[in-house]
Amino acid sequence: MLDRDQVLHVARLARLELSEEEVERMAAELSHVLDHIEKIRELDLEGVAPTSHVIDVVNVLRADEPEPSLPREAVLAAAPEPLMDGFGVPSPGAA
Amino acid sequence: MNELIALSAAEAAERVRAGEIDPGELFDAYRQRAAADDLNAFTWVADEAPRDHDYAHTPLGGVPVAVKDLFCTEGVPSQSGSKILEGYRPPYSATVVRNLAEAGAPLLGKTNQDEFAMGSSNENSAFGPVLNPWDRRRVPGGSSGGSAAAVAAGLAPWAIGTDTGGSIRQPAALCGVVGLKPTYGACSRYGMIAFASSLDQAGPFTRNVTDAALLFRHMVGQDRRDSTSLEFPEPIELPRGEDLKGVRLGIPEELVGADAGVDPGVRASFDETLRLAEELGATLEPCQLPHASHALSAYYLIAPAEASANLARFDGVRYGLREDGASDLTTMYSRTREVGFGPEVQRRIMLGTYALSSGYYDAYYGKAQKVRTKIAEDFRGAFERFDFVITPTSPWTAFELGSKTHDPLAMYLNDFCTVPMSLAGIPAISIPSGLSEGLPVGFQLAGPAFSEPRLLAAAYALEQAIGFDGSPARA
Amino acid sequence: MGAPPVPDYEPVIGLEIHVQLDTRTKMFCGCELSFGDPPNIHTCPTCLGLPGALPVLNARAIHFGIMIGLALGCDIAERSLFHRKNYFYPDNPKAYQISQYDVPLCRGGRLGDVRIHRVHLEEDAAKLNHLGASGRIHGSDRSWVDFNRCGTPLVEIVSEPDIHSAEQARDWLILLRTTLRQLGVSDVDMSQGSLRCDANVSIRPAGSTELGTKTELKNMNSFAYVAKGIEAEIERQKRLLDLGEPVVQETLHFDPVTGSLTPLRSKEEAHDYRYFPEPDLVPLLASADMVAAARADLPTELPAERAARFEQELGLHADTARLFAFRAELGDYFERALAAAGANGGAGLEPVELSNWIAPLIERIGSDADPAESNVSPESLATLATMVKTKEVSRDAAREVLTHLVAEGGDPRRIVEREGLGAISAEDDGLGEIVDRAIAADPAAAEQVRAGNMKAIGPLVGFVMRETKGRADGGEITRLIRQRLQ
Ligand SMILES: [Mg+2]
Ligand SMILES: [Zn+2]
Repeated sequence: MLDRDQVLHVARLARLELSEEEVERMAAELSHVLDHIEKIRELDLEGVAPTSHVIDVVNVLRADEPEPSLPREAVLAAAPEPLMDGFGVPSPGAA
Repeated sequence: MNELIALSAAEAAERVRAGEIDPGELFDAYRQRAAADDLNAFTWVADEAPRDHDYAHTPLGGVPVAVKDLFCTEGVPSQSGSKILEGYRPPYSATVVRNLAEAGAPLLGKTNQDEFAMGSSNENSAFGPVLNPWDRRRVPGGSSGGSAAAVAAGLAPWAIGTDTGGSIRQPAALCGVVGLKPTYGACSRYGMIAFASSLDQAGPFTRNVTDAALLFRHMVGQDRRDSTSLEFPEPIELPRGEDLKGVRLGIPEELVGADAGVDPGVRASFDETLRLAEELGATLEPCQLPHASHALSAYYLIAPAEASANLARFDGVRYGLREDGASDLTTMYSRTREVGFGPEVQRRIMLGTYALSSGYYDAYYGKAQKVRTKIAEDFRGAFERFDFVITPTSPWTAFELGSKTHDPLAMYLNDFCTVPMSLAGIPAISIPSGLSEGLPVGFQLAGPAFSEPRLLAAAYALEQAIGFDGSPARA
Repeated sequence: MGAPPVPDYEPVIGLEIHVQLDTRTKMFCGCELSFGDPPNIHTCPTCLGLPGALPVLNARAIHFGIMIGLALGCDIAERSLFHRKNYFYPDNPKAYQISQYDVPLCRGGRLGDVRIHRVHLEEDAAKLNHLGASGRIHGSDRSWVDFNRCGTPLVEIVSEPDIHSAEQARDWLILLRTTLRQLGVSDVDMSQGSLRCDANVSIRPAGSTELGTKTELKNMNSFAYVAKGIEAEIERQKRLLDLGEPVVQETLHFDPVTGSLTPLRSKEEAHDYRYFPEPDLVPLLASADMVAAARADLPTELPAERAARFEQELGLHADTARLFAFRAELGDYFERALAAAGANGGAGLEPVELSNWIAPLIERIGSDADPAESNVSPESLATLATMVKTKEVSRDAAREVLTHLVAEGGDPRRIVEREGLGAISAEDDGLGEIVDRAIAADPAAAEQVRAGNMKAIGPLVGFVMRETKGRADGGEITRLIRQRLQ
């Protein structure tokens, strides 16, 4: 079960601004899904190695050789706030 | 015109290569159909094919391909079904799209999908739901619903989509077309807007198995831009096999048994397929995948966890939506993402963030990865005794729009039969087995990693025996 | 009953150092590294975090990482992994940094007297610029991002908390810088940000083995600021503990201008980076071949080894040996002078005697200057040291010669001749006459010396030194005085 505070904490981590009503709905829905999912917690998987990569490949390396970068117009083409040949944002230091 | 549309993609390619068809005319025939699309299958349609190709001398002969919206296409909207990427035109194209263009399959258009590939009904698209050409009150399946519907309705000769937990196979089944989810690593993921990186794979949607083999042949290949891509170990021949002599099929009880909740009409069609397989010389036996019943749980921890990181880059800074008017950075992030992501995407981001968060990792994500190991072992065990496993693709046929949207968990059950193969990274193909109450039913064949050539050959033999007529709207 | 003892504290310091590797291209894409170029011209889908882009590891960055691990005596992990470290910030385009977490490339090791905890690979962030007159984050309401730097290969070196003073931290950092520079893997320039140092600082009552609450210091962008910042933080913590107040675990920003330490804006939630294995990258296997190739590229002598050689083989004082080894330009200059002295026959000049002339040289040219770029050639310094050894000039006169050399260069022998600074060492140079005058001028001192109180000889020697303007050899003066007063 997820409570309100947990939902708010997770939403903050994920940078999602949930409305009051969404917090309630999310708590209920996630709890419902987790109730189902939590069955795997009952499995005894002591000593089983986790699989993070399903293919058995190692050491895929790239030679340290330059490739062309994108032209700046293309880089900034989709910028919501082009600023000083870069990407404008609200300053993290602003109040 | 209709003669051109009636040709399979492989036939059309052959006719262009033989100089019997003008590739421009072929492109135009499909372009007009795609532009007149009333299924909401396309989110963008090309004006014309690039002219810098001598299509008669390419292996794919200029037969145009519809591409799921989540593949990046240079200068062309690539929105992954999301408001947060509305109108976004990337400065580069996905490797698979480039491979196909080089082989002579120009871009016909971009197809609608569930937002960021999260969904099994295509109702989670910011650009509206796709309608099933067999019954417009019903969903086409998802997440690659636009690609499946476009091929089923003859709006495209073939299409590509992506499959993370069933997103090619399930819509293929619900729309009555062939859909192949390849071995993880067979096709480059470079330029595919990521949902769950350790599971996502590109694959073809086609009217028949031969087309699937042909398109797949030109999608695969190791890509130096994708560290998880591999060279396909053998040539992909067009399938010829007419029988299944000596082929051993395992029927996993966990996925097909009485508890699996398979709809009776689907069950009947599946049983008929098993009978045909036996007639073709296959041996059939029940088999066990002891952890398969936990696959859905593991999947709904792993995929959202990876998605929570993959979708964090949509922050309103470099591209896509920015919700302005926020004075501070954190509010700008949170509003942009709240407004830009639909409810299902937000739900999965929340679920994935929670599963990775401090204190929960071992219980959720870590455990799910161990289940993944066991599932892969289960399949390895099964493939010691069997060539392939066979299951229904989806427990049910196309359902009515809006009928499952209120219950996320019920929607997740769509992937019950398809998710285990995704977790194991093995190939699986969905082929139409017939109709149930006028709606297509599909079954799934899955084999060991890189067994696609054998899988396609077996699928071809069954396809010939079934003789499914998959043309709801082309007649 | 005395006053209660003032508690004595022992600082415990660990350093976390980020080093930009001097590869040609970025960690995960083919964009070229740059410094000072126009903004956003070295970017691509991967380093901009565009949808669908994927990372691919730079082989040379791995090679450099292994070299650093070997140079620091680490164990190179046969198999290491990359993780995603998730956090939102405008300089972090994917909203996760690809970094090594629980299985780093290198573990353990030691440099000088400080143990190494781990060394791992990761990617640098973009540069965040702030609008407004100050260019600083506070008070600015708009910032803008330049992604040229984003994805630059970084190595993070984490020391064990083996450092116990601000000076030791600075000196060790200089040793690390010299070591990395000699490896040729980085510019290691603190002013340009290619070497960046954070410090974890705590203090505890002397003799205690328990660790106190630590704070993390950021933004100390010169060696001097590292020392100043840590010193300021040690003092701050001492004041707190003396007042009976607790040290709060927090991250502090050091302002080098004011010397003040301010807490970084406290985050709304504690950091929860939600690390998980990066699915876009496969495991890294440091094969025997890769390790052998890295070993082959190591220089023959690393600074720590050089310090040991200076001390053990050349007999330099430990501090001098380390100074010369850690500041390679001093060691190089010293070794050139030593070779020159040897070529001159050297008159039995001991290395330690020569080494004593480096400090006065540095005093004259500025403590950060490279003596090789001064007017004083290593040959000249060797000559001067030899002249002192053979008593051609007195030590004091030689210092004056050195001042001339620093100002105008040239041959020390010429300067001695021109300035008349040659040693007065014999009676017939007039030294005997001056000694006689000294005894005559201070009969009381002379009487005490005659009575056996050798401490009283000082004023007499001083008289002669003054009269000869330091050109006389102190030993010779003493000998002559005693000869007369026995
Ligand atoms: Mg770091
Ligand atoms: Zn780049």
